[in-house]
Amino acid sequence: MGARSAPEHCRERAASSLPARAGVGFKSVHFPDIEASARDVGFFEIHAENYMGAGGTPHAQLMPLRRDSPLSIHGVGLSIGGAEPLDRAHLGRLKTLVERYDPAAFSEHLAWSTQGTRFLNDLLPLPYNATTLAHVVAHVDEIQEALGRPILLENPAAYLRFQSSEYSEIEFLREVVRRTDCRLLLDVTNAYVSAANLGFSADEYIDAFPMSYVEEIHLAGYADDVDEVGAPLLIDAHCAPVPDAVWRLYDRALARRGPVATLIEWDNNIPSWPTLLAQATQAEAFLGRRRRAVEDSLRSEALHDDLG
Amino acid sequence: MTISADFDQGAFVRALLDPELPPPNELETPGGFRPERRFAVYRNNVCVGLVDALAERFPICLQLVGDEFFRAMAQCYVRERLPRTPMLFEYGDAFATFVSNFKPARELPYLPDVARLEYAVGAAYHAADAAPLPLELIRALPLDRLESATAVLHPSTQVVASAYPIVSIWRRHMSDEKMKPLELDRGEEALVVRPELAISVSPLPSGGSDFVDALRSGGTFGEAVNAATAVAMDFKLTDCLRELLLTGVFVAVSVAH
Repeated sequence: MGARSAPEHCRERAASSLPARAGVGFKSVHFPDIEASARDVGFFEIHAENYMGAGGTPHAQLMPLRRDSPLSIHGVGLSIGGAEPLDRAHLGRLKTLVERYDPAAFSEHLAWSTQGTRFLNDLLPLPYNATTLAHVVAHVDEIQEALGRPILLENPAAYLRFQSSEYSEIEFLREVVRRTDCRLLLDVTNAYVSAANLGFSADEYIDAFPMSYVEEIHLAGYADDVDEVGAPLLIDAHCAPVPDAVWRLYDRALARRGPVATLIEWDNNIPSWPTLLAQATQAEAFLGRRRRAVEDSLRSEALHDDLG
Repeated sequence: MTISADFDQGAFVRALLDPELPPPNELETPGGFRPERRFAVYRNNVCVGLVDALAERFPICLQLVGDEFFRAMAQCYVRERLPRTPMLFEYGDAFATFVSNFKPARELPYLPDVARLEYAVGAAYHAADAAPLPLELIRALPLDRLESATAVLHPSTQVVASAYPIVSIWRRHMSDEKMKPLELDRGEEALVVRPELAISVSPLPSGGSDFVDALRSGGTFGEAVNAATAVAMDFKLTDCLRELLLTGVFVAVSVAH
């Protein structure tokens, strides 16, 4: 993969070659089960930062996994939403990893996680305004330049909002896409969680999301809490099965987007392999129904053309 | 569109780390309600996430002091020293030193060295791969010329010397079987190496850690023996070599001609 001199070069190329199937987050404990099973998942996703060591079990497992299945690499440490310059050493490590495994997609978050030399280990929120937009655009440009490919940017889960926001999240994401030609990762659970926490309609958010740029979807379970006044406080905890309300919202997103690579994220209280696989199977069922709906509609159009 | 000032990430981080501080005043809630509980989600993610990372990294320290004590201690460490990189497998590099200065843990004087050993085990897990010297090549080494020979050690090789029986403590906690009580008044020198994918933790004879350190810094076997006997008069080269050869420490040995 050669270096690209200008972001325009990316336009010819899709950001993701992931299949429009259900995938799962890869967990080391599942490796023996995956080896023994028929690998009936569309792709695996890993967190980049866990594979930045030199060798050992992480790479010994990832090599056969990558050989036999499409791979998505998901970064959690670039701090794209921060005002500070990107950590070049970290970007260099990421470039090494991406060159080594040539994944079907690389994604990161609309969030920040580093301040000075301190890594906070969480995806922290940013206001949406002209100043932060300039930072995010510059960072996405720099990452795409370094990796030689467009990235997918993920919408965050929000618990609060900033007085200094001038854009809605969707307006902000649209602007980032327009200026950098990156693509989007739609986290349906984050949309659901943010809507409940900030009191907007999740359906309207999905209906307004720039769906033609979405090249991957994330689904996860959340934790249910309330704030001081008893208002819902949903926490994006990746600790449970995907709840019914999120499946419904997912189907709404698929109706607009059509079938697209969909990841089951379950990072805490890691379930058994069969339990995780059952979640992926459920997502496959939604994808299958949507695929058939698209085919039926194409057939009826073809029939219409024939008769016409 | 006006260009607003950068929002104050520093103030955000200070409020994240100090629960006594109010949430940054640029944050708001939809109903205009108090943001404390919502901001606490971020506080909790940062703190609990890093405490969990330490619990995963130092499982035997956790067993030795119990969950509640460990988490309280780890929380103090998190507040004092956040990760310097987004690679959490590097986090905890100063934990052993922190534990040695943590007054409530003074009753367990061996705890810092157990933490040191556990950090070494974690580092070995992610260390670079290299093929250990095959047994037939080891057998063919000319022992009479070993004195001036140098060695390349496996990149995962680490030694931790302690005034306490840290290898015995480690092994006891790695297995479920009941063992006789430990005699705490003797030291052990731990060798950590991961020649293939499995990590081996074994005791070296007295002076062994100095022997390994000397070899690793490019010294000859002769110089390494001197380094070992300087600290352990009864250093036995054959005992030490046997342990090192069995565990696959050597990647190459160069014999001068």
